[in-house]
Amino acid sequence: MGEGTDLGRVRGLGSAHHGSHHWLLQRYTAAGNLLTVLFLAVSFVALPDLAYPTVHAWLGRPLPALAIALLVVSVFWHARLGLQVLVEDYVHGASRFAAILLLNLAVFAGAGAGLLFVVQTVTAVAGEQSTKDAMAAAMSSAMSQQGGR
Amino acid sequence: MAERPLSPHLSIWKWGPAMLVSILHRVSGDGLALVGLPVLLWWLGALASGPAAYAEFVGIATTWYGFAVLIGLSWAFFNHFASGIRHFVLDIGAGYAVDANNRWSVVTTAAGFVLTAAFWAALLLL
Repeated sequence: MGEGTDLGRVRGLGSAHHGSHHWLLQRYTAAGNLLTVLFLAVSFVALPDLAYPTVHAWLGRPLPALAIALLVVSVFWHARLGLQVLVEDYVHGASRFAAILLLNLAVFAGAGAGLLFVVQTVTAVAGEQSTKDAMAAAMSSAMSQQGGR
Repeated sequence: MAERPLSPHLSIWKWGPAMLVSILHRVSGDGLALVGLPVLLWWLGALASGPAAYAEFVGIATTWYGFAVLIGLSWAFFNHFASGIRHFVLDIGAGYAVDANNRWSVVTTAAGFVLTAAFWAALLLL
């Protein structure tokens, strides 16, 4: 395959040499999606119910929290690559530049929000756990003091 | 000018299974990106915000139109998953013979529906 005409290359319209990188990243993130989304689907089935206390405690555990954090990164990255192809196929001229810019901003914002939500949930669950532990410790020390008298 | 076949031609073509898989791969992938990711963020955000926000999410997700969206998204995932695996096979240079390609294209599309039905059956029955 060529690299476009000489004039095209001078104008910066020739091959940008990003194609194989894009292709590879699409495959790597596809493998990431495969593992993490299947983890999510199996978890939905395996959890006893999908009510708030169950799901909240589940996402607070280390493995689900890591899996969902990785899911957010992999899925948003993959979506960024896929939507780029959509834009390149159907949007032309100046609106293409605007669409790609908007896409990049939306993907960074979305992935950032997803990661923040996971961190918030993990922190909240850890906080609840340490409160419970502190209450239990206070209770048992009070009981042992009473028992000592 | 030599009489050579013009291909691909814009007006002379007929439907084939590979075209359907290709179109469904794009539709399901872009559907997941444009609809699925906002729903994912809504769900995670509700989970992070507390019981009231989560109850609001569940309330809307369990209406008939909520279920329609969730079933559609699960189909989009399993369809994209099946045709994505087909892409991995094609990437190693296998499966291009016409018969095999047609056969696996049909299997891929069917697998998307079967896995979706199996997922909801497992979710509701197990």
